[in-house]
Amino acid sequence: MIELIAIKVVLASFVLFTVLNLAGVHTWVERKQSALIQDRIGANRAPILGFRMLGIFHGVADVMKLFTKEDIVPANADKTLHALAPFFSVFFALVTFAAIPFGDFLIVGDRVIELQVAKLDVALLYVFAMLSLGVYGVILAGFASRNNFAIMGGMRAAAQMISYEIALGMSIVGVVMVYGTLDLAELVRAQGHLIGGWVPMWGILTQPVAFVVFLTAALAETKRLPFDLPEAESEIIGYFVEYSGMKFGMFFLTDFLETIVVACLATTLFFGGWQVPFLMPDGFHFPWGAELLMSNWLYALLGFASFSIKSLIFMFVFMQLRWTLPRFRYDQLMGLGWKGLFPIAVANVVVTALVLVLLDQVA
Amino acid sequence: MAVKVVRRPELTFWENLYIPQILSGLRITFRHFFRNLFLHTVHQLGLLKHLPASATIQYPEELRPLMSRYRSRHRLTVREDGTPRCVGCMLCETVCPARCITIVADEHPDPNVEKYPTRFDIDLGICVYCGYCVEVCPEDAIRMDTGILDLAAYSREEMQLDIHELMDPSLRKPIGECALEFPHQCELHGGEMKGSWDNVSAGSPTTVEHDATPLDHDTRR
Repeated sequence: MIELIAIKVVLASFVLFTVLNLAGVHTWVERKQSALIQDRIGANRAPILGFRMLGIFHGVADVMKLFTKEDIVPANADKTLHALAPFFSVFFALVTFAAIPFGDFLIVGDRVIELQVAKLDVALLYVFAMLSLGVYGVILAGFASRNNFAIMGGMRAAAQMISYEIALGMSIVGVVMVYGTLDLAELVRAQGHLIGGWVPMWGILTQPVAFVVFLTAALAETKRLPFDLPEAESEIIGYFVEYSGMKFGMFFLTDFLETIVVACLATTLFFGGWQVPFLMPDGFHFPWGAELLMSNWLYALLGFASFSIKSLIFMFVFMQLRWTLPRFRYDQLMGLGWKGLFPIAVANVVVTALVLVLLDQVA
Repeated sequence: MAVKVVRRPELTFWENLYIPQILSGLRITFRHFFRNLFLHTVHQLGLLKHLPASATIQYPEELRPLMSRYRSRHRLTVREDGTPRCVGCMLCETVCPARCITIVADEHPDPNVEKYPTRFDIDLGICVYCGYCVEVCPEDAIRMDTGILDLAAYSREEMQLDIHELMDPSLRKPIGECALEFPHQCELHGGEMKGSWDNVSAGSPTTVEHDATPLDHDTRR
C-alpha cells in the first residue's frame, strides 16, 4: 500500500516538475520565438554571473519580481474569493495532467508501473470536466474584483470557454466512437494498431476533421491569440485587471499550463500519445519482417520521448499561431464557435457513426 | 451631404474557410523564424555576417549609423597647439535663434589673432540643434559632429556645457579643475568622438572605427 502511494507520489512529482518548468520555459520561448518571427533579438539582458544564456534567466527575474511585488486587493473586493480565484485557475489546469498517459509501462522489480498519474476509466471525461471547471477561476476573478471591466472580461471569458467547450466535446465524440474507450491509456494503446500492417491507426488518420475542430476549439480554450478576447492584454481590459504580484502571475501561468494541457491532449488523442510506429512492448517489429528487440526501460524511455516530442511540436505550433494570427472580433468568435465548429463536429459524429456501422456490416 | 458607401471586399469561399489563409500566414512566420534562427546560429560560428538576422541595434553597445550631416552635440575644434580655433567673433551667438550660446571674448596676445574666448557656454537645454552656428562660423571653430546623442542630465545646470566640455567631447560633468592659462590649454583635453560615422565622407577627422553592420533592408526581401 505504502509502495503504491510512493509510486503515485513519484509520478505526480515528476509530472508537476516537468510541467511547471515547461511553463516557465514557455515564457522564454514566447519571447524568443516572437522575436525571431519579427526580426528582433528578444530579451537577452538578465545575466547571472555574467552569463546571459540567450535571455533564459528573464523568466527567473520575472518570477522574482512577481513574488516581491505588492499584492493589491481592491477595497470593495470579496477578499476570500479574490484570493481563491487564481488558485482555482492553476489548480484545475494542473490536475488535468493526472489523467494524461506519458508512457506505456515500466517494470521495476516485479511491479508494473503504468506511466500515468491516475488510471481512470473515464479519463477523457475527467480531463474535460477539469478544463471546464477552470472557467470558475476566471468568473470568480472577474466577480470578486468588484470592477465592472473585470466582470465584463470574466463574462466574456466564460461565454467563450463554454461555447468552445461544446465544440471541443463534440469533436472528441468521434474519436471515442472509433476507439471505443474513454480511458486515455487504452485510447493510446488502440492507436497502436496498424492499418493493413503498415500505417499506425493514429487519430489524425481516422478523424482528420475532428482534429481541425479540436485544435481550433482547444486554442480558444487556452485564451490566447487568436482567441484572447477574455484578457487581450494589449487593449481590452480583462478579468484579471485587479490582480497584481504572484496572483497575476498565477493567471499567467494558467495560460501556459493550458497550452501544455491542450498540446498533450492533441498528442494523446490524435497523434498516438507515446506510440512510436512499429514499436511493441518488446521492441520494434517492422512490417517487412525485421525486428529490433529492446529492454523495457528503453521501450518506456522511447515512448516518453515520443510523447514529449510530439507535445513540444504542438506547443511550438501553438506559439507560432499565436504570433501569426490577429484577434477575432467577438461576434466572429461566437459565430465561428456556434455556426462553424459545432455543426462540423456534429456532422463529423454522424458521418463517423455511419462509417462505423457500414464497416461493421461489411466485416 | 453626400453619403459615401464604403464597399468592403467580399471574402471568397477559400478565404472564408480560414484554413488556407492561416496556412499562408504561417508560411510567412515560419519562413522568418527559421531564416533568422539559421542566421543567428551561423553568426555564432562567424559565418554570413553580412546578412543581418535581426533589425535590432543593441543600443548602448552598438550605435546607430549616423548620417554625415547629422547634427549631434557641439564641439569646439582646436588648433594643433591645443588652443581653440574660435576667434570670438560672436557670429554664432548672434545667429543663434534660441540664444543658447554665451561668449566672453578677450584680447589675444598674438597680434595676428584679434580675440579669443575666455568663456564659451552652450546651454543644451535651450539649443534647438538648428546648426546655424556651424554654418555661420568663419573659422570652422564649432562643429556638431561628436555623434553624442545621449544628452541627459539630472539638472538644468548639467545641461550647460562650458568651454572644457565643448573642446573635449568625452568630458562629462562634474569636470575637474583645469589650469585656464592663456593660451587656453585645457589639461582635460584629449577626447574621442562617439557614435558611428559610416556615411561620413572620406578624410573627415572624426571617423571612428566600429563594427556595426549597417542595415540594408533591400537585401532582406
